[in-house]
Amino acid sequence: MADTATVAHAGAHAPAHGNTGMSNNKLAMWVFLGSECLLFGGLISTYLLYRNEFADGPAPGDIFDIPFTSVTSFVLLASSLTMVLALSALQRGDIRNNRLWLLTTALLGSVFIGGQVYEFTSFVKEGLGFTTSPFSSAFFTLTGFHGVHVTLGIIMLMSLFISSLKGNLRKENAETVEIVGLYWHFVDIVWIFIFTVIYLVPSPES
Amino acid sequence: MAISEFPLELESGRPAVAERPLGALTRPRGSQGWTSWLFTVDHKRIGIMYGAAALFFFVIGGIEALLIRTQLVQPDGNLLSGDAYNQVFTMHGVTMIFLGAMPLGAAFANYLIPLQIGARDVAFPRMNALSFWVFLAGGIFINTSWFLGGGADGGWFAYAPNTGLVFSPSHGMDFYAIGLQITGIASLVSAINLIVTVLNMRAPGMTLFRMPVFTWMMLVTQFLLLFAIPVITVALFLLMFDRLYDANFFNVEMGADPLLWQHLFWIFGHPEVYILILPSFGIISEIIPTFSRKPIFGYTFMVFSGIAIGFMGWGVWAHHMFVSGIGPVSVAAFSLSTMFIAVPTGVKILNWLATMWGGRLRFTTAMLFSVGVVSMFTIGGLSGVTHALAPADTQQTDTYYIVAHFHYVIFGGIILGLFGGFYFWWPKVFGHKLSERLGKINFWVMIVGFNLTFGPMHILGLQGMSRRIDTYAQGYGFEFWNLVATIGSYILGVAVLLFLVNVFSSWKRSKHEAPVGPDPWDARSLEWSIPSPTPEHNFDETPVVHGLDEWWHRKYGVDEDGKVVRLAHPEEIAQKGDGTGVHLPSPSYFPLLIGIGLPLIGYGLIFSLWFAVPGALLVLGGIYGWVFEPPDDPDAPHGHEDHHDVEEAPVG
Repeated sequence: MADTATVAHAGAHAPAHGNTGMSNNKLAMWVFLGSECLLFGGLISTYLLYRNEFADGPAPGDIFDIPFTSVTSFVLLASSLTMVLALSALQRGDIRNNRLWLLTTALLGSVFIGGQVYEFTSFVKEGLGFTTSPFSSAFFTLTGFHGVHVTLGIIMLMSLFISSLKGNLRKENAETVEIVGLYWHFVDIVWIFIFTVIYLVPSPES
Repeated sequence: MAISEFPLELESGRPAVAERPLGALTRPRGSQGWTSWLFTVDHKRIGIMYGAAALFFFVIGGIEALLIRTQLVQPDGNLLSGDAYNQVFTMHGVTMIFLGAMPLGAAFANYLIPLQIGARDVAFPRMNALSFWVFLAGGIFINTSWFLGGGADGGWFAYAPNTGLVFSPSHGMDFYAIGLQITGIASLVSAINLIVTVLNMRAPGMTLFRMPVFTWMMLVTQFLLLFAIPVITVALFLLMFDRLYDANFFNVEMGADPLLWQHLFWIFGHPEVYILILPSFGIISEIIPTFSRKPIFGYTFMVFSGIAIGFMGWGVWAHHMFVSGIGPVSVAAFSLSTMFIAVPTGVKILNWLATMWGGRLRFTTAMLFSVGVVSMFTIGGLSGVTHALAPADTQQTDTYYIVAHFHYVIFGGIILGLFGGFYFWWPKVFGHKLSERLGKINFWVMIVGFNLTFGPMHILGLQGMSRRIDTYAQGYGFEFWNLVATIGSYILGVAVLLFLVNVFSSWKRSKHEAPVGPDPWDARSLEWSIPSPTPEHNFDETPVVHGLDEWWHRKYGVDEDGKVVRLAHPEEIAQKGDGTGVHLPSPSYFPLLIGIGLPLIGYGLIFSLWFAVPGALLVLGGIYGWVFEPPDDPDAPHGHEDHHDVEEAPVG
């Protein structure tokens, strides 16, 4: 058994991809996103419980501007496409297009956030504040959490962009872009649920 | 000789010798002295610090328990006011669960998982340090509430609307809500880290079904944490928004539903019970086979019952809410699912018994504690099944019967197991055994004190004594058993003291004693194949695994008659602890910085946002520094490249 008990050190180099065939970083992001599902699950459940509890404040039907939010939602979903294009550019070693699409993705995300800021301010003007009713608290909390997630994603994208300008984002690092992309797609997919639940499912009492 | 002693080489073929002198000042580098502990990313040191900090909080929680018992020793106790009593029992629960038992499990996980799977370290060493510092910061943060207007006073499960500003005007619940969010970050980071470690960093040949049961149970625990922590995070955010920013999540006047809190809390809270117990199950699943000299009975059943608990643990939460008015259908469904979850637990009990059956039992201290778990946890499990019967539960809810039940589970099942783990792995961690003589006294004092404390609570509860009342009047028949319970609790205190004495005296004694050698218990898994205490680099050479109980099978074989024969002595085949040229992940300042920053943000949210400014700067600076710091210091003494060296900015 002597020689089979251990292997020589040089041969024991664990590959960059571990037992699962996935790198530690990518696996960690997948695992983290699993956890995020439950975070948004909790927030969406809270919203569903309170969507008809608008006390004396405005009801959802009174204030939602569905066409407007549909457009910003479309912009956010489109950013998933540009995210894929950014990754595929880098995988081909096309640094220039990678930068272009990273920046576009960040811009589209910013448009979405801008829309959310506009929406929040107009709601507050119309009398729907954070403390107005259980509905308003739940609405602002759910969409706010999502907005913070998108913002963090934009910061990541911009970090990648700056890192690329410094020449640190090369073909070998394509996985970093892929991991940020996983996060970005997740945030987009969650928005599909949130948008459906908040804006599309009709509220029986409004 | 079992170890093929090739010179350690880099892939380049360059001999692995430390060539570069220590130079730049940009990075902490020492491995000696107290600063090396502050900036360490070594999973073993982090495990030890987790253990020490958790024991510290465990002692604080124990003092709170003694205050409770002293208050209740006789009718009309007046040691504590009603308000102080509320704070003491709330903080007792919070401290014991979140700052004592959970991090003790994390201590064992951190120390042992990489060793049991044959890895150099965890997948993300700096994130590991971050987990510890954030946990410690959160724990200190919660406990500073004592000096800043009083501790949390809404019970550890903090039912709304009792925790709203109307009923709990002090800052205690704010500390609870924010402090547990901070410790939640620690648990989440640690869960991700350990899941990736187990899934991705096993040694060659270490398939999932060759992993020791401890590692398996810890893997299940981390998945439970991964999915449970975000749920309580949501609940805590809602509570915080209600209290600090006048949101309406639990404001009944506005039409809110306080049951929302109960659901969110227990969707976290019931998996949490398994988060607490599975590490202990894992620990005794290592101890019992070792001291029975038999492989664990039904390994696959053991693993799958753990996984089954992990799944079913999500479907039983509303059994905490049978009297909350959730409706007969829900009650019936959750009643059934609760009875079902007793099945995989029963499988485990059977397997431990069957492992001992016909074994050559050695009743070391660790084994005594393990047998203690099997017996005491069974009592707690059976009283748990009585709550599954909803009609019985309506009688038991909010009485001392419940308190008795969950202490049999948490103390009898978890704390006894963790103490067994201490006695078992102490030689591996510190290079010397704890005194067995004192250890056995420790065990018997603890088991007597434990049963005296919590046994009588069954009777008190069935007599109708409510939990959480700060005192009781003469003449209800509560006097005698309360006196017994209080005496028991002091005996329990002595037991914990005995353990600390044992730690200290064994350490003194060890200075003039021969070292214990790699494998003092004749154990079965890989951590015993390396010197004690574990060298900084763990394994000289990555082991190759051929089966379950790998280390045992290197020591023992079977002759023609089927009798077990020794093939080799542990000292001969154990690794030598020669880490020449092994390149380890470098220490880092940034996890500690982030850990210091988070509670400052917490104080800022509660008192004045100005406190949050330095906190936010520390956190941002920590993250910024982290991102631009390569996980491995290029200027550190070079040798062997390691495999967990890619930690990309956006993920970290």
